[in-house]
Amino acid sequence: MTAQSKINTAFDPLAARKDFDILSKTVYGKPLVYLDNAASAQKPRQVLDAMRDFAAKEYANVHRGVHYLSATATDRYEAARETVRGFLNASSVDEIVFTKGGTEAINLVSYSYLAPRIQPGDEIVLSVMEHHSNIVPWHFLRERNGAVLRWVDLRDDGSLDVETLDAAIGPKTKLVAVAHISNVLGTVTPLKEIVARAHAKGVPVLADGCQGAVHEIVDVRGLDVDFYALTGHKLYGPTGIGALYAKKAHLKSMQPFNGGGEMIHEVTRAAVSYADPPARFEAGTPPIIESVGLAAALDYLNSFDRVAVKAHEHDLLAYARDGVRQFNWLRVIGDAPGKASILSFEAEGMHAHDLATILDREGVAVRAGHHCAQPLMERFGVASTTRASFALYNTRTEVDVMIAALAKARKILT
Amino acid sequence: MDDSLRELYQEVILDHSRHPRHFGKLEHATNTAQGYNPLCGDRITIYLMLGENGRIADVKFEGKGCAISQASASLMTDMITGKTITEAEILMGGFLNLVKGEKVEGLNEDDRETLNVMAGVSAFPMRVKCATLAWHTMKSALEGGGSAKTE
Repeated sequence: MTAQSKINTAFDPLAARKDFDILSKTVYGKPLVYLDNAASAQKPRQVLDAMRDFAAKEYANVHRGVHYLSATATDRYEAARETVRGFLNASSVDEIVFTKGGTEAINLVSYSYLAPRIQPGDEIVLSVMEHHSNIVPWHFLRERNGAVLRWVDLRDDGSLDVETLDAAIGPKTKLVAVAHISNVLGTVTPLKEIVARAHAKGVPVLADGCQGAVHEIVDVRGLDVDFYALTGHKLYGPTGIGALYAKKAHLKSMQPFNGGGEMIHEVTRAAVSYADPPARFEAGTPPIIESVGLAAALDYLNSFDRVAVKAHEHDLLAYARDGVRQFNWLRVIGDAPGKASILSFEAEGMHAHDLATILDREGVAVRAGHHCAQPLMERFGVASTTRASFALYNTRTEVDVMIAALAKARKILT
Repeated sequence: MDDSLRELYQEVILDHSRHPRHFGKLEHATNTAQGYNPLCGDRITIYLMLGENGRIADVKFEGKGCAISQASASLMTDMITGKTITEAEILMGGFLNLVKGEKVEGLNEDDRETLNVMAGVSAFPMRVKCATLAWHTMKSALEGGGSAKTE
């Protein structure tokens, strides 16, 4: 690493890199430059060690046995819930439901909260930049319950105009579903303002926070958001776990989603009654080891000055944005002010997959495709984009490698 | 440059992708099919004209895609013109084996040599579907149309 990689903030990415064994890997004989963080982030040793140690020393099923290990495991699982609560600044642990990921969190809201409230013709307002996980659950309600999807367009720079969104909220709107940060554009939506506008019309708001929780310091109480979905694996935690934050009153009003063990109050041959939230929505054995990993990941993030981490990520984005300016054949998609460290682009005469293949051979891992956001691709008139997404452990030197690889790809393909 | 990259993006492939043969719509096609690669969102339409002698009299394709998928479609349309359905299917079988790095059998020398420019794909397992999209779509057109997917 050169001195150039050192950023003038209180956060030292070179020190953080040492926590991630995988980052010292080489691919095709070249140092790995991992820029696919918006798809999934790498896991620090602290997360892997926490999961291993827990499984090796304290593991059993939760909430069931009276034996020693069942108690320790239950304590750790519930402690993880408290860690998530603190991370989001929710008022109560009872507002945190563990799910298998962000997708399941949104589906839970679709099935258990919204479906019973939808009459044919009722509307769901969503933006065109949503990830499919914040589209398809609403399409289900369109198909099955006769809901109408009202799409909110973006400005050409990828930003979301709160007035446009406000105008889409009508008397039949039952929910606003919007990303906190776009996984393709990096756009940060004005969530607090969106919630205020929606609430003024009596409409609740679900935020897809799968990217937002990574790059923003989330305060669900400050935002006053009704539902906030996040996933562990993008937060430097394990796969197989995510969480839904929902206001207590909403959770109490919701019917169960999956049925099984743990989520009941009492089962007889004639009837069943359900546990209180959040247990009501956690049927079956939950991702116990993963919950410990997720808590370790959030502790890891919180061990840094998160404002400084954000400044570092913004520096990488600005540096990369400047770097690609020299390529007159490259069009950046999404230039919203204050956006997060996600850079999507289209290259004239070069398909994203060809570009990504050549970058890969230079050790640079980027994502090519529609990024599970096809309505957004349609909005910008592209079939796919190439996306570089930067995490706390990336450096300016790595951006340089990407820029050089892009120049090389141009040479090969044109 | 990495040898496998050089082989993948060799001049013949790039030439086919930049200047695809048989590109466009075929009026009065007897068979058409659409192909879709859900991985990248690429689409292709294949138009076939089956002659009375049972041979493929003409073929064209439309669509957007990566260099590999465009070159593969261009090459395919070049090669299957004049072939019977059975011959086209044998060619396809050989092609699929080739890009998956498996043993290629049953092809004549000329076809084999022409197809060989695509052999480099086998070193890029993530790109095999790009190469096979046009072929699966052609097969679907021959079987009476509809749509083909790579997965």
